Amino acid sequence: MKAPTLAVVVLCWLTGVADALPTPAFKAGLFNPARLAPDFSLQGSNGHALEMSQFRGKVVLLSFGYSSCTAVCPVTLATLAQARRQLGPAAADVQVVYITVDPERDVPARLQAFLHAFDSTFIGGTGTPAQLAGVRKDYGISAQRITVGDSYSYSHSSFTYLIDRGGRIRALMPYGHSSEDYAHDLTILLKE
Amino acid sequence: MSRARSLVLLTLAASASAALAWGGFAPIHSLSRHEVFEIPKGTWARRMSGDKVEILPDHIQLTLGVRDILLLRNQDVVPQIFGPTLMMPGQSFELPFERAAEYQFACTAHASGQMTITVDPYPANPWARIRWRVRELLNELKEI
Repeated sequence: MKAPTLAVVVLCWLTGVADALPTPAFKAGLFNPARLAPDFSLQGSNGHALEMSQFRGKVVLLSFGYSSCTAVCPVTLATLAQARRQLGPAAADVQVVYITVDPERDVPARLQAFLHAFDSTFIGGTGTPAQLAGVRKDYGISAQRITVGDSYSYSHSSFTYLIDRGGRIRALMPYGHSSEDYAHDLTILLKE
Repeated sequence: MSRARSLVLLTLAASASAALAWGGFAPIHSLSRHEVFEIPKGTWARRMSGDKVEILPDHIQLTLGVRDILLLRNQDVVPQIFGPTLMMPGQSFELPFERAAEYQFACTAHASGQMTITVDPYPANPWARIRWRVRELLNELKEI
């Protein structure tokens, strides 16, 4: 190692100086630039067609899971419902969309019952395995089926996308964040 | 022991004590709180040619208040699964952490299918600061 290089390293180490960037204002992870959320056409839990583009003008929270999930999904959906309550009337412009990774069991009626236990405004999406695989690919979602005795479960991506009024994927909230964190970021997006 | 040798030993001991005191008590301040990982251009082509390219380690260690923002950049020409997410060419992803904990993310880029991010508390006491500084120095030296 050359002496000047070593000196720079030691100096940076002593001062703790590195490349300066501002601290993000969001609690979620931000994409830059934001990309348009890929559109899809699925079967909605409300009996109607479900397309991402139909929610333009609203802020969308997009999550993936399955109704038999006992660990991640109930926590996420309860958190999203709580965040909507914290927003008060502004929550009318927030739409939660939950797409199943388990079309075999998650028929629309079952999805509807599952989601409405958390919030009656939540909309689920299901479709053929090929349709859902395509949506997962477009959104970078992993879902792996795991056999458990006579039944099965899924290991799946647990984060939630935050999509702005213009239909752009702005942020990704990892699993485990509080409803306050969601409300914080939603408030920013709703004001735009 | 000669007087000169005693003087040298005394100087060394004083220097070491001063270094330890500085390392333990001087405040830690960093202009950047980002831990940066980049997918360089050509990564996809290298992978397609059979080259095993590991960019993002399966374990990342961050420190609250010092380096607690993960910054991922895809400089390649194709979309890539990078850490927990899908990133378009030229896109960056900036993920802040506010709580010390261990975070697990599904990550298909790793053989284990998992990526772990450990966020340590702010190094508030002297020994924690010394450990942090030594780790930082070793990391900096490794990159050269």
